[in-house]
Amino acid sequence: MALSNVLETPAAGFNFDNSARNAALEGLFDGQTPKPPKTGTTIAGVVFKDGVVLGADTRATSSEVVADKMCAKIHYIAPNIYCCGAGTAADTEKTTELLSSNLTIFSLNSGRNPRVVMAVNILQDTLYRYHGQIGANLILGGVDCTGNHLYTVGPYGSVNKTPYLAMGSGDLAALGILEDGYKPDLELDKAKELVRVAIHAGIMNDLGSGNNIDICVITREGVDYIRPYQVSEYKDKRETKYKYVPGTTPVLTEKVVPLKLEVVEETV
Amino acid sequence: MLEETGPEWLSEEVKTGTTIIAIEFNGGVVLGSDSRVSAGASVVNRVMNKLSPLHDKIYCALSGSAADAQTIAEIVNYQLDVHSVEIDEDPQVRSAASLVRNISYKYKEELSAHLIVAGWDRRDGGQVFATLSGLLTRQPFAVGGSGSSYVYGFVDAEYRRDMSKEECQQFVVNTLSLAMNRDGSSGGVAYIVSIDEHGTEEKVVLGNDLPTFFDQ
Repeated sequence: MALSNVLETPAAGFNFDNSARNAALEGLFDGQTPKPPKTGTTIAGVVFKDGVVLGADTRATSSEVVADKMCAKIHYIAPNIYCCGAGTAADTEKTTELLSSNLTIFSLNSGRNPRVVMAVNILQDTLYRYHGQIGANLILGGVDCTGNHLYTVGPYGSVNKTPYLAMGSGDLAALGILEDGYKPDLELDKAKELVRVAIHAGIMNDLGSGNNIDICVITREGVDYIRPYQVSEYKDKRETKYKYVPGTTPVLTEKVVPLKLEVVEETV
Repeated sequence: MLEETGPEWLSEEVKTGTTIIAIEFNGGVVLGSDSRVSAGASVVNRVMNKLSPLHDKIYCALSGSAADAQTIAEIVNYQLDVHSVEIDEDPQVRSAASLVRNISYKYKEELSAHLIVAGWDRRDGGQVFATLSGLLTRQPFAVGGSGSSYVYGFVDAEYRRDMSKEECQQFVVNTLSLAMNRDGSSGGVAYIVSIDEHGTEEKVVLGNDLPTFFDQ
């Protein structure tokens, strides 16, 4: 039988077990505690005439190294709701997965698609309960029986509802484009183009964002998840081959030690 | 290359860094707020309505930490819903303010939000309550948020008893405009809510419609 914490209220109060564990481990790391990989992202969303368009870049960084060049930052929540995540990669991934499972159980119980505002309320509850320890900046967009909605939820649990949004380290660049180009009731092509240009601005002007652009269009009729919508024009060109032929490293000595093993059980 | 931890404001708590005001007139109250939500030096939302309904004729104005203030307002909204069904009539403004005060006081150390509660009820007409740090006090008018410091002189000098509803609305708009001009954390548009026995009226005054003063 499935467990649903949508129907059960979680235990009251905060659970800081992991923070206590981290503090205890800090002493062992000599001041250089490992940093959780952040997505260092540009994500944006726009409400248009027939629905919602979400966009994201595809770069995941771990300090100054690109950990993933084709990271998927637009997460499935429900057939009519998708969520872009910025911040700590693991936190956004797990929080959205948890939300998605709970909403699936709700859908099965009630026989209807969840409303966007329900997803937002559950997210807000969860993130507020952890008082900012979960580093997830999320943009939720979806279409339900009450209309087309776009929300953002911050790591401390604050909710903002506006017709266009950008989040992540590249958000100021993207927001500039959105502020300039947004109009109410845009057509689908204009909306997709606006989001593409906004993410592109983030990619060009922010070091933590880059590579390709993913777009997700949600309407009453369904979802169009275009991955990638635009491929980066900067392709890496390998100058040489990095394969080493056998014999590159000379063998200096060889020592063979036979292990004495006993046959305990034999099955054929 | 610099260490890529992302901008600080992404991990900073989102504050409403606000100007909020509520004032009582004969027969009701007028509440006003700006619309800026900041996280460090960045504006996260420039059109947020900080006047949150607790019940049909009771509103509260949010300031301080956005998450804390929104959560308190939602909890009290729920508690008032239950309470009004239990007593089978519209709740008193004092009850709403008490509920807010109880949460603010009990979680004093953990929360950082200040809500001004104002509304109209049959028993005492228009009332404004301040709940800063968990106290509960009824006042003819109350200002709050980071921008309030800049307008204490103005409101103290200009407030008169027995203003009409329109005069109160103008007073609120003037106060908000002055505060938004001086406080970096307040800005955007002005939201005004007027509550009296006939109902609740929500209004938005856009940036260029705000009153201007000597330097504009």
